[in-house]
Amino acid sequence: MNTDKNVYTVIFAGIMVVVVGSVLAFVASGLSSRIKENERFEKQQNILYAMGVNENVEDGGVSFIGTDVVEDEFSKYIKKQLVIKGDSVIDNNEAYLIDMKRQLALYKKGETPELPLFIGEKDNKIYYIIPMYGKGLWDAIWGFVALDDKMVVQGVFFDHKGETPGLGANINQRYFMDDFTGESIMQDTRYSGISVAKGNNDPLNERKDDNKVDALAGATITGNGVSAMILESVNLYKDYLTKLRKS
Amino acid sequence: MALLTKKDVSLISDPLADNNPITIQVLGICSALAITAELKASVVMAIAVMFVLGMGNVVISLMRNIIPSKIRIIVQLIVVAALVIVVDQVLKAFAYELSKTLSVFVGLIITNCIIMGRFEAFALANGPWRSFLDGIGNSLGYGLILVIVGFFRELLGSGTLFGFAILGDPITKTGLYATGYENNGFMIIPPAALIVVGIIIWVQRSRTPALIEDN
Repeated sequence: MNTDKNVYTVIFAGIMVVVVGSVLAFVASGLSSRIKENERFEKQQNILYAMGVNENVEDGGVSFIGTDVVEDEFSKYIKKQLVIKGDSVIDNNEAYLIDMKRQLALYKKGETPELPLFIGEKDNKIYYIIPMYGKGLWDAIWGFVALDDKMVVQGVFFDHKGETPGLGANINQRYFMDDFTGESIMQDTRYSGISVAKGNNDPLNERKDDNKVDALAGATITGNGVSAMILESVNLYKDYLTKLRKS
Repeated sequence: MALLTKKDVSLISDPLADNNPITIQVLGICSALAITAELKASVVMAIAVMFVLGMGNVVISLMRNIIPSKIRIIVQLIVVAALVIVVDQVLKAFAYELSKTLSVFVGLIITNCIIMGRFEAFALANGPWRSFLDGIGNSLGYGLILVIVGFFRELLGSGTLFGFAILGDPITKTGLYATGYENNGFMIIPPAALIVVGIIIWVQRSRTPALIEDN
């Protein structure tokens, strides 16, 4: 067979596109319901993780609660899901499905975003959990931060789409995330966020009043992305947080 | 009849040493620099590449007589991209945790020149079984270098292996750190991988003079 003819090449390309396209479409639509469900469970796990509902053990890695129980646990611990739109605040049980990327894009266009906020309760303690979304070195980073009514961080969760394995990808490791607990997002009365700092001479993160955590070596830009993401989210929510705050 | 002829065995063993994809063919250098700061990432990448290269080589080899030569690179690219995306989707549906770990590697695999390099150099001219062996052999050779580089970078850069502290705790100064030893921050950043790969090439060439080109 002469495979060098132009006609053959064009026909081959056409068939190839149709075949590969249909295979991909078939796989994607066949699996989409399962994938969507997995993503929903993941979001619930992440939110619960930030407020300390997880299966972490001392010195172990990140361990979420199981996907088999996550829906029950989510409705047990998350007492309220709010959607803040400008001055109006409404209850919405599907607030956790709101896509922060889209809301931030709306905000940047000057429109009013719909911002989800979760109120959790564990051992008679109230947690205010806000979502975050930003960019790292290569791609998106996101997370959740759980605050108490004094605006002190009770727990965080970070994740990323494509940060460098071994470097920036480690923002989802406990030795990085655990450092944020106990830091305040406020400096006096200003919402300053928490910055990921190099050379703050506090590798064990014992100083909790400096709004800084120790950076990851070799992951400067991812770290800066985390700082910027926290600050941006805190700014988005600050009007509502001011109402909640008890000094 | 033996399952593997002598020639088949050399398809697997050659890439481990004298025809190593990284140190001799200089393929797949980019990912060797990018992801070897930790041993775990090196191992995951090696396994993922083995899977994609083994499968991809077979598919390309089966199609080798019908692929128009003018668009063969595009066809190869489509095959590898489709393969990786299908695997990624299946993992997302049935092994979500695993897919999260692997997702950062997906882009690195599609653009890994070792894959295109083997399609082009081997699978287009050989049968599926031999292409499969060539894929496995080359990804083993690639993985071997990744693991060696990852071992030295993680040990010297972070003092750990697979995340476990080997040399003590650098912050509280226990183990080796009590004697004044410090982690070498340079090993964490990608240029360190270039130096480690360079040293491997040096050692390999001085042991096998036949690899040195005449000027």
